[in-house]
Amino acid sequence: MADFLMPALGADMDEGTLLEWLVKPGDEVHKGEVIAVVDTDKAAIEVESFAPGTIERLIVNPGETIPVGTLLATIAEPMAGQVAGKKQRAAGKKAAAAGKPMTPRKARRERTAEPAEPAHLEAGSPLVRHLAEELGVDLERVHGTGHGGAITRADVTLAAATPAPQPGKPTPPRTAAAALARQRVTPIARRLAAELGVDLSGVTGSGPDGAVREADVRRAAEIPAVPRQAPRPAGAVSPAQARLLATRQVTARLMARSKREIPHYYLSDTIDLTRAMAWMHDRNRELAVTERIVPAALLLKAAAVAALRVPALNGFWLDDQFSPGGRVHLGVAISLRGGGLVTPAVHDAADLPPLELMNRLRDLVTRARAGRLRGSELTDATITVTNLGDQGVELVYGVIYPPQVALVGFGKVVERPVAVDGMVGVRPVVVATLAADHRATDGFTGARFLTTMSDLLQRPEEM
Amino acid sequence: MNTQQATQAIEEVLGQVAPDADLSALAPDADLRDSLELDSLDFLSFIEGLSKRVGQRIDEDEYQKLATLASASAFIAGRG
Repeated sequence: MADFLMPALGADMDEGTLLEWLVKPGDEVHKGEVIAVVDTDKAAIEVESFAPGTIERLIVNPGETIPVGTLLATIAEPMAGQVAGKKQRAAGKKAAAAGKPMTPRKARRERTAEPAEPAHLEAGSPLVRHLAEELGVDLERVHGTGHGGAITRADVTLAAATPAPQPGKPTPPRTAAAALARQRVTPIARRLAAELGVDLSGVTGSGPDGAVREADVRRAAEIPAVPRQAPRPAGAVSPAQARLLATRQVTARLMARSKREIPHYYLSDTIDLTRAMAWMHDRNRELAVTERIVPAALLLKAAAVAALRVPALNGFWLDDQFSPGGRVHLGVAISLRGGGLVTPAVHDAADLPPLELMNRLRDLVTRARAGRLRGSELTDATITVTNLGDQGVELVYGVIYPPQVALVGFGKVVERPVAVDGMVGVRPVVVATLAADHRATDGFTGARFLTTMSDLLQRPEEM
Repeated sequence: MNTQQATQAIEEVLGQVAPDADLSALAPDADLRDSLELDSLDFLSFIEGLSKRVGQRIDEDEYQKLATLASASAFIAGRG
C-alpha cells in the first residue's frame, strides 16, 4: 500500500486545499494519472498519482486545508515490489539515520513498496536537500521512508509540518469551503472577489456551467446589501484576504530570495529575424490556421535547443554546486488575467517541432488560466523563458527562478533599420536577453547561449 | 453575412478566447489585442475560432484587417 500525501507544488508551498477528488475508492489508477485537484496560493493544480494501483481510501474531504505532507489517500498496489529498486540510488549519507526508534506510522510506511512522493522526484536527490534547506529542516533528524532509508521529499515536508501543529489557525468552516469547492469560479473572479471582499458563496455565476465570472463578482460588489467585513484585529484576516496576500507573498519570497542569493549577470543580443519571419510567413501561407505558428514558437524552440547545446545554463544551483537538468523542460512565464504569474514547464521542449511546442504552450496557457495545471508541470522547469514582447516591450531582463540558473527574455519583434553589407535596410529584429547565475556560469558561457539562439534562428527550416 | 451578424460572430469567438473580457465595454475601433490583453497565441486562437465560425479561410496577410471590432466586422461581412 502506498500513501498519497499532500505534495509540495512549489518551493514555498506550506499547505493546500483539496478541491476535488477525480477518483473514488476502488478505481484503478495509473502512474501519472491525475487523481485530485489541489488549490495552492497560486492556482488550482491537478495532482498526479506517483504509483499505479487501486484507490483504497480517500482520507481528506474536499474543502479541507491541510499542511504539505498530510495523508490524502491510500493506494493499494497491484504487485508489491514491482517498482522496487528504482529509487535506491542517491540515498545520501545523511539518510543513514535509519535505525532510530520508529513510530507505528513510520513503521507502516517503511514497508510500503513505493516511497510516498511523486515519481519524478528522486529520493535523496539534490532536490530533497534543497527542499530541506528551503523549509529549514535538518536532514539529520528526518527519518527516511524511501528504499534503503532514503529521505524523500515527502519525509522532509512531513518533518517540516509536524513540529508546527498551527494552533488556533483560522480554517474556514468545512461546509462553506466545500460549497466553494463545488462552485466553478474563474481565477480572475476569485482574485477580484478577494480584492473586493465579496463572499463567493453568495454569487450566482453567469458563465458556462454556472461558473462565476469577473462580471458576476463586480455585480455582487455593487450590491450594497453585501455586508462589508468589519475591520478585524491584527493578525486575523479573512481566508480570501489571506489567499490574496499569500499569492503575492509566494512571488515576493521567491524573487527576494533570487535577488538576495543569486549574483545575476545580464547579456543581450539583437537577433535578425528576417529569415525566420520569411520562412514562417511562407509556411503559414500554405497552411490551414490550425497548422500555423507564431514567432514566439520559433523563439521558444531556439531557446530550448540552445539550452540543450549549452547545458551549463540548463539546471539548478543546489548545495553550492551546479546540478545539470539533463533534458530541457522549458518553463514559460504566463500571466494570469487580472494579475498573478505562473511558470509551468513544457516537457522536453527541445525535442518538439515548433508547431507542437506552440500547441503545448497554448494548452498550458489555457489550463493555467482555467486553473488546471499539473503538479509536474509546476515543479519540473530546468530553465525559464519570459516572452514579454507579446505585451509590447522591446527588452526584458528577467529575475531567475531559484534554483534554476538562467532566465531568457524576449522582447517584441519589431522592424528596425539595420546596416547589412554597408546598406541600411528595414528588418524584423528581436532583442533576446539572458539573466544568468554567475555562480554557475560566466559571461562567456552566456554569450555562447545567445549566439547559439541567433544561429538557430537563421536556419528556421532546421528547427 | 451582414455587418451585424459578423459583429455577433466575432464577439462570440472573442468571448471564448477571453472569457473574462467585458465585450460590451469594447470600443469598435479599439485595438483588440491591446484592449483584451490578447497575446499572439490568443490572437491565433481568435483567428482559428473565427475562421471556423464563419466558414472562411483567413490568411496571415489579412490578420491586420482584424485589428479592431469595426474593421473585422467589415472584413468578414465584405467577403459574403
